[in-house]
Amino acid sequence: MDNSRTMEIAVGAFVAAGLAALFVLAMQVSNITAFQRTEGYTVDAYFQNVGGLRERAPVSLSGVQIGRVSAIRLDPDRFEARVELTIRSEYDNLPSDTAARVRTSGLLGEQYVSLQPGGMPDSLGPGDEITLTQSALVLEEIVGQFLYEQSSGDDQ
Amino acid sequence: MIGMLQRLGASTLETAATLGRAVLFLLRVLRGSGELIRRPGLLVHEMYSVGVLTLVIIVVSGLFVGMVLALQGYYTLVDFGAEQSLGVLVALSLTRELGPVVTALLFAGRAGSALTAEIGLMKATEQLAGMEMMAVDPEHRVIAPRLAAAILSLPLLTVIFNVLGVTGAWLVSVNLLGVDGGSFWSQMQSQVSFSDDILNGLIKSVMFGVVAGWIAVFNGYDCRPTSHGVSRATTRTVVVTSLIVLGLDFVLTALMFD
Repeated sequence: MDNSRTMEIAVGAFVAAGLAALFVLAMQVSNITAFQRTEGYTVDAYFQNVGGLRERAPVSLSGVQIGRVSAIRLDPDRFEARVELTIRSEYDNLPSDTAARVRTSGLLGEQYVSLQPGGMPDSLGPGDEITLTQSALVLEEIVGQFLYEQSSGDDQ
Repeated sequence: MIGMLQRLGASTLETAATLGRAVLFLLRVLRGSGELIRRPGLLVHEMYSVGVLTLVIIVVSGLFVGMVLALQGYYTLVDFGAEQSLGVLVALSLTRELGPVVTALLFAGRAGSALTAEIGLMKATEQLAGMEMMAVDPEHRVIAPRLAAAILSLPLLTVIFNVLGVTGAWLVSVNLLGVDGGSFWSQMQSQVSFSDDILNGLIKSVMFGVVAGWIAVFNGYDCRPTSHGVSRATTRTVVVTSLIVLGLDFVLTALMFD
């Protein structure tokens, strides 16, 4: 009797572990979750084109990661991408004229937001907007521009 | 020359007969599996020996497969500056292919062989015949709970294997190789689909559970009741299950992912 009770508990724990594992796969591996939130304050930045930037991509300054992209959505009035950056609370002294640009790590790597500090004495606070932004480089546009300049150069 | 032809014909007929016996056997067992609902204790007992006792090897292998996958993937991806894609690489390989297949192969070696040996020995010591004498159908009492336990356990083991594989990859890539943890998870989450990747992997593992359990119990039930016969049946279970799982995986992959 005691033996079969242990067995029942073991099987129950096994099935529970399997279901828990499925839950972990669903939440952590496949879908976007509320886990792993970066603590800090958020600032907004508007970009004309965010390229392949994704939510939870790193935000870095001088190559050091200081936060994450917490949300990307289209602003319906400005027709620009509104990127919400969550910056860790220990970096609360960024100048208010800090510039943001979307960059790519390596040639084919993931895209991230790079910040460049300005020189203003007052600092960015929660909910502020970064006004100086530079959009992602889209390879097709650069190639297209290059080809266009090449051909116009030939005509002269 | 004639002798060779005769042997070829005889072995073909024997293979066909074995396949036929296996299918009829499966149908009889499935017809008797309704009894399991009235006696779930039988199933719990088999789930313990088939599922819980297999857990250790699954946990350890899952962890190491994930770690090795991350290490090898890193060496290739770091040249392109794309090591953040490591999470996607590992998660997709595990949920789609490696999880179901490796778990099924380990399951055949750990649980399938044990099932065959157990049933074969029951046959050799005439316990199955004894049950029939007592008007207990061994196909319902012995085989059905073992088959059901295999079909239920393999998907659970596969999911646990997948989670541990991803955990192992995370340990190696984020804590050891210095890949950014946020990119690791965010790229994984944006590219792994629950319905396409995880559920299809789960369907695969259910199919493998049917195949592995069926082959194991049939080989035990069908073996020659001698010590040599039991040993041959056990070997055949592992070999045939592995081959069929690998072949079936190719077919299922071709059907599921385009």
